[in-house]
Amino acid sequence: MALSYELCCRECGKRYENQPLSICDECFSPLEVRVDLDAAKKTVTRESIAQGPTNMWRYQALLPVPEDYVPQTPAGWTPLVKAPRLAERIGAKNLYIKNDAVCMPTLSFKDRVVAVALANAQRFGFDTVGCSSTGNLANSVAAQAARLGLKTYILVPADLEAAKILNTQVYGANLIRIDGNYDHVNRLSSQIADRFSWGFVNVNLRPYYAEGSKTVGFEIAEQLGWRLPDNVVVPMAGGSLITKIRKAFKELIALGLVEPKDVRFFGAQATGCSPIAKAVKTGADHIEPQKPSTIARSLAIGNPADGIYAAKAIRESGGWAEDVSDVEIVSAIQELAETEGIFTETAGGVTTAVTARLYAHGRIKPDELTVTCITGNGLKTTDVLAGAYEAEEPIRPRLTDFENYINEIKELNELVSGGIDVR
Amino acid sequence: MSVRVLLPNAFQKHTNGAKELQSSASNLPQLLDEIEVTFPALKTHLRDETGQVRRFINFYVNEEDIRFLGNEKYAFKDGDEVLVIPSIAGGCDSTPPFPALRMARRKTCSCCSYCGQEECTCY
Repeated sequence: MALSYELCCRECGKRYENQPLSICDECFSPLEVRVDLDAAKKTVTRESIAQGPTNMWRYQALLPVPEDYVPQTPAGWTPLVKAPRLAERIGAKNLYIKNDAVCMPTLSFKDRVVAVALANAQRFGFDTVGCSSTGNLANSVAAQAARLGLKTYILVPADLEAAKILNTQVYGANLIRIDGNYDHVNRLSSQIADRFSWGFVNVNLRPYYAEGSKTVGFEIAEQLGWRLPDNVVVPMAGGSLITKIRKAFKELIALGLVEPKDVRFFGAQATGCSPIAKAVKTGADHIEPQKPSTIARSLAIGNPADGIYAAKAIRESGGWAEDVSDVEIVSAIQELAETEGIFTETAGGVTTAVTARLYAHGRIKPDELTVTCITGNGLKTTDVLAGAYEAEEPIRPRLTDFENYINEIKELNELVSGGIDVR
Repeated sequence: MSVRVLLPNAFQKHTNGAKELQSSASNLPQLLDEIEVTFPALKTHLRDETGQVRRFINFYVNEEDIRFLGNEKYAFKDGDEVLVIPSIAGGCDSTPPFPALRMARRKTCSCCSYCGQEECTCY
């Protein structure tokens, strides 16, 4: 049985029936979904969840979708893997990676939020959906809307990575490149949503959309054997994901599915766009908008909608936020790939580099159970590695040539390890 | 001098459906005063109990966030287009912005109406 839920203004408390609406008409503050956890307590158990499908819809009873909704897209239930080799490099002893680089169908955690948003778009009768996006959301809306037979309009900043543009167009979506940054795109989307009767997943459907992020938290807890970690490191763009993982943990505690625990939340941003990290570091109660300048385009939101909520959640949990340079982001992408075989996009480079710094600065202790969230796939941002690897000269298909090649490599390695500059 | 001000749908309940107005204000404080004179019903919704404009309401001049232009100090130019857009967020707040509201809730029930815990910090 699905949960009963409704919209509620998080500032003035006004309640609304379920509808495509994201702003309170009394105090103009954001609306969010409130769920009836008392009702869920009677039906949701570890066993009932285990009997569900091996995707995010095993938590359907805790998501805002109609009771009779039949999920169409098996997103989520991505691997939670122990990361001993990365841990050794950065001074950790109990490190896990939640790997949404392999989330289906479009290789980012956005598949989770879109699945919930489009379920509601259908419920509200929209035949056209859209979004403003830094790329991953565009891919996911395009793919999942195609599967549901919905028309799609997607707005992106004009300078988006080529792979993310192609990965949107291939699904037949109408892609509109906007001459501006994400904040310009987002603002235009708000105006469009006011004028057109479309379901914008991150505008008028946003309260529902955001709830999909809870499944990252549900999965982490279940995959750890129904217990909560000590720390979670999460990349921050708009700031929604980190607050929703926290909400997921609180719901699991309220439902009695895990033991209560004060999990500390750590936020990760790129220095070239770090308004939330700055607010955490300075203790500010508001977000000072920034003009983004970073290769981590999927995190390049200068005026993050959930920024104040993310900063508060971090501070209250006893966590912290850090930001790292573009050079560190690329190094971290390589480090994660070389140690754990996980190729992440720039946002994952941000998270990995920040995780390393948190250990180095002693903000996370080596023995603490820590989960770092990788949210996107490196195949979408290969441009940042252009020039990082030289193209080898081909050799003839002869064994002697191969042996010569191996010997050369060995000599080079010996010279390098001997500290001699071979160039 | 005149600037065109575009209002969001969320305001229309308090503006008799008006979606925009022409204003002769020369800066943001003057514009806010003028909006409140033109649409008196909007006043209590636009500001919080301390008289501050609610924090989720953003102002843009042409393409730019007014905070990048000097905020209240920015002098409107003839023909400027001013957009009023509320932030759209969907996360989970941790502390109540209105202490009075929290106390009212706590009078009837000591547990959090959201997660059900007595010592909850989520609300």
